[in-house]
Amino acid sequence: MNDAQSDLILLLSGTGAFLAVASVIGYVLRVKLSPDGSNTTIENLNARINAWWVMVVLIGIAFIAGRVGVVILFAFCSFAALREFVTLTNTRRADHWALAAAFFVVLPVQYYLIAIEYYGLYSIFIPVYAFLFMPIISVLRGDTEHFLMRIAEVQWALMICVFCASHVPALLSLDIPGYDGKNVLLIAFLIIVVQMSDVLQYVWGKLFGKTKIAPRLSPSKTVEGFVGGVASATLVGAGLWWITPFSPLQAAGLALTIAIMGFFGGLVMSAIKRDKGVKDWGHLIGGHGGLIDRLDSVVFSAPIFFHIVRFGWSLT
Amino acid sequence: MKALITRPVATMIVVFARAMTAVRAIWPESGLPKQPCIYFANHSSHGDFILVWAVLPPWIRSRTRPVAGAEYWLATKLKRFIGQDVFNAVLIERDKDKRTGDPIVRMAEALDGGSSLILFPEGTRNETEEPLLPFRSGLFNLATLRPEIDLVPVWIDNLNRVMPKGEIVPIPLICTVTFGSAIRILPYESREAFLERSRAALLALSPKVAGAAA
Repeated sequence: MNDAQSDLILLLSGTGAFLAVASVIGYVLRVKLSPDGSNTTIENLNARINAWWVMVVLIGIAFIAGRVGVVILFAFCSFAALREFVTLTNTRRADHWALAAAFFVVLPVQYYLIAIEYYGLYSIFIPVYAFLFMPIISVLRGDTEHFLMRIAEVQWALMICVFCASHVPALLSLDIPGYDGKNVLLIAFLIIVVQMSDVLQYVWGKLFGKTKIAPRLSPSKTVEGFVGGVASATLVGAGLWWITPFSPLQAAGLALTIAIMGFFGGLVMSAIKRDKGVKDWGHLIGGHGGLIDRLDSVVFSAPIFFHIVRFGWSLT
Repeated sequence: MKALITRPVATMIVVFARAMTAVRAIWPESGLPKQPCIYFANHSSHGDFILVWAVLPPWIRSRTRPVAGAEYWLATKLKRFIGQDVFNAVLIERDKDKRTGDPIVRMAEALDGGSSLILFPEGTRNETEEPLLPFRSGLFNLATLRPEIDLVPVWIDNLNRVMPKGEIVPIPLICTVTFGSAIRILPYESREAFLERSRAALLALSPKVAGAAA
């Protein structure tokens, strides 16, 4: 067993132990406070913990399966996220082929480019080629009603759900000296920091939250939750320096960056939900809502994290 | 023997429909009737009955038959295989001159045989901007013939965007199938009153109509 594998197994078993503790707490809370299942907060907490188990197992399997496994997992995530996003847009009959192209051409091509590590093309394929050719396909049908809104919505859907999300598996293509074969741990670092930041913001907010930070966008988010959550997620990131190529201080700086990006990602996606008059993006994950509800902070932080690491540490 | 082919094909169709639509069922609080019943739904796509069929619990699904137009489902070998063998549809000849028996009687016989039916009372696919076309008489005639049968309204939402008329490639979009509480025909209820009442019960399940009212 090499270094990377032992780190990975240590990390997965650590996460498993963490969730096991959470499950026990959830069970005790349920027995004590909500034996008949009537306390919605506790029911929601348990639904979330169970969904976490499923997500961690899926990610664990993908990590063990290696690069192809991770790329396929995120391709499916992108597919489900794009399906949720496009459901809420104002597309018309005339967009049919452009949408079909987004799902069945752009998405697979983007992930294929990630799989073959073609950085020069996957970093521009969607912003250049997809963004120019999809409006061309739509315009050929001659329907001008809400044209700008329609093409802009679909482009943003692709940007968020495919382009940004694909930068998570793209971390595997970075070539960092002395870190061969361990890139999958960068993904683990990103996901753990972002998700812990979400969870800790929720916990800090529930315990000490008083001052609403964005009352019109997300009434449950508070200044106390934001500061406490981001600060403790930064500490979590610093504590994970041993799985990364970074020093503890660098790990803390990167964790701070991705936690803040994740927070604002959540705000932006909330604003879109408000605009569309929905509470959740979908119902894919019990207790969490749709896939985008869980992925929103990851997609905002992934490209930034990718480019900082590529600029500062990677040879390619 | 035939089940060796039709079962996997049915499963494949359901898996494909679920992958495209992530379809989610919304059940009434009272649950679904235990006895054979009639699910009547809005009709905007050839995939409608597949979606209803896909969300039904397996033990109900296995004895639920869609009612569909014979001229469409007998047109090619593939459609005949899917319509007759896989879904065991009650195929109805819509052209009166070609009919060999009364379609209402055939539906009633299917109910008597212990099957539930999926029925589209608009009679044809709705390709207008209207949420729901006026109902044809079929539902009334069947309800009159079998007045003790529960009629469950089923609203299928968004499938028309997945595959609009004339398109070949479906677009993945999230669909919901909302089941309402069962209704029955009242003694001496007139055709107009019954059709209006059943249509209103179905329309009330539409998220757009419900959203506009809220």
